[in-house]
Amino acid sequence: MAEENKVSLHGFFASPYVRRVDLALKFKGIPYEYVEEDLKNKSSLLLKYNPVHKKVPVLVHNGKPIVESLVILEYIDETWKNGPRFLPEDPYKRAQIRFWASFVHQQVFENMVLILKTDGEAQEKTVKEVSEKLSLLEEGIKSIFPEGIPIINQENVGLLDILIVSTFGSYKAQEEVLGLKLIDPEKTSPLLFSRLKALLELHVVKGALPPHEKVVGALKFMRQNALNSASV
Amino acid sequence: MAEEILLFGAWGSPFSRRVEMALKLKGIEYKYIEEDITNKSPSLLKYNPVHKKIPVLVHNGKPVAESLVILEYIDETWKDSPILSKDPYERANARFWAKFIDEKCLSAIFKACWGEEKEHEKAVEEASELLQFLENELKEKRYFGGETVGLLDIAANIIGYWLGVFEEASGAELLTREKFPKLCNWANEFVSVSAIKENLPPRDKLIAYLRNRFGVGTTSK
Repeated sequence: MAEENKVSLHGFFASPYVRRVDLALKFKGIPYEYVEEDLKNKSSLLLKYNPVHKKVPVLVHNGKPIVESLVILEYIDETWKNGPRFLPEDPYKRAQIRFWASFVHQQVFENMVLILKTDGEAQEKTVKEVSEKLSLLEEGIKSIFPEGIPIINQENVGLLDILIVSTFGSYKAQEEVLGLKLIDPEKTSPLLFSRLKALLELHVVKGALPPHEKVVGALKFMRQNALNSASV
Repeated sequence: MAEEILLFGAWGSPFSRRVEMALKLKGIEYKYIEEDITNKSPSLLKYNPVHKKIPVLVHNGKPVAESLVILEYIDETWKDSPILSKDPYERANARFWAKFIDEKCLSAIFKACWGEEKEHEKAVEEASELLQFLENELKEKRYFGGETVGLLDIAANIIGYWLGVFEEASGAELLTREKFPKLCNWANEFVSVSAIKENLPPRDKLIAYLRNRFGVGTTSK
């Protein structure tokens, strides 16, 4: 059965999108080969596997590529039915989780990237927007778990948990580079923050997140690049 | 048990029509509520407080928003006439292309039809590159879903019908038979399916609406 489940992940260490897939594979205990891509010099394999977007992450399963992190997460959940199920059985709960996953992906995370890449008034405006989105997310989390959120462990992590860790897991590095708090445990995000802290205690998560200094370095680099090209 | 299915939609919206197409394909009865998007109803705002947009499906009082999320919900709840394969790889493929259409194609098509004159040629080129990906994806299949209409066909309703209408309204030329023979054939097949045909907004009404809202386009004669 050696060829049955050959899995490889093409990624970049600092990419939160890649982090999502990395976490998913680790939570399910799926053995895989990791291929670090140099994004300034993408491998011909990456371009072959993702000709449309030419981006990481790419999951390759028995030679077949799957791209787009949220699509990959659902593929992993449907293919490997052991370990935690990232989406529950009930169609309505699945719809709620997909809705909020898309919200975190597009409304929250993409704006966080903008915050990193801008300064001054433009940045201030986006910070306010993210704060509003986080308030909505807090309400969303409450609506998915009206009876309260079950205690997290490695057997019951879900899709949203993976998104929360990949988006906010390096919050200390984000705060250091930006000089501001994005996720506020007191005002906007008490539930989100307590969930994040619980997730960060999990063995798999501790092993998966890159060291603080490395993330700070990568974020500083991205920010400098973006600000430099903006002022040209 | 009395099932109550409400759909808040807008007659001209491809996103709203996607949901109707899926419901009709599965023979599901529902009550349709037309929303005036310039004057949204309190019900809509209650059922979709986050985005305040249509479509919203309300099933026995529980709202589901975002057209692609709704399509998957419909497929998982009413299992007759499935619109997604059981195979995880094919499902991933359909989801990938549906996102591609929503995140990349729509805005590119829009730019090519109603963008700035000086950017027109470049916009057409970009939109054509994206359409080429879909042309290649179709291969020799009758529908994106294979022998029957699937989730990706429904998501591609923008290409199958609305694109032609945008072209006529704005004068832009994108989906030519010469460049995209497979997509053109597919579009004809798609709009001939009765569950789809019954759910297309009237062409003239849509053209008038688009011209009124976005102008007559960069290449109008």
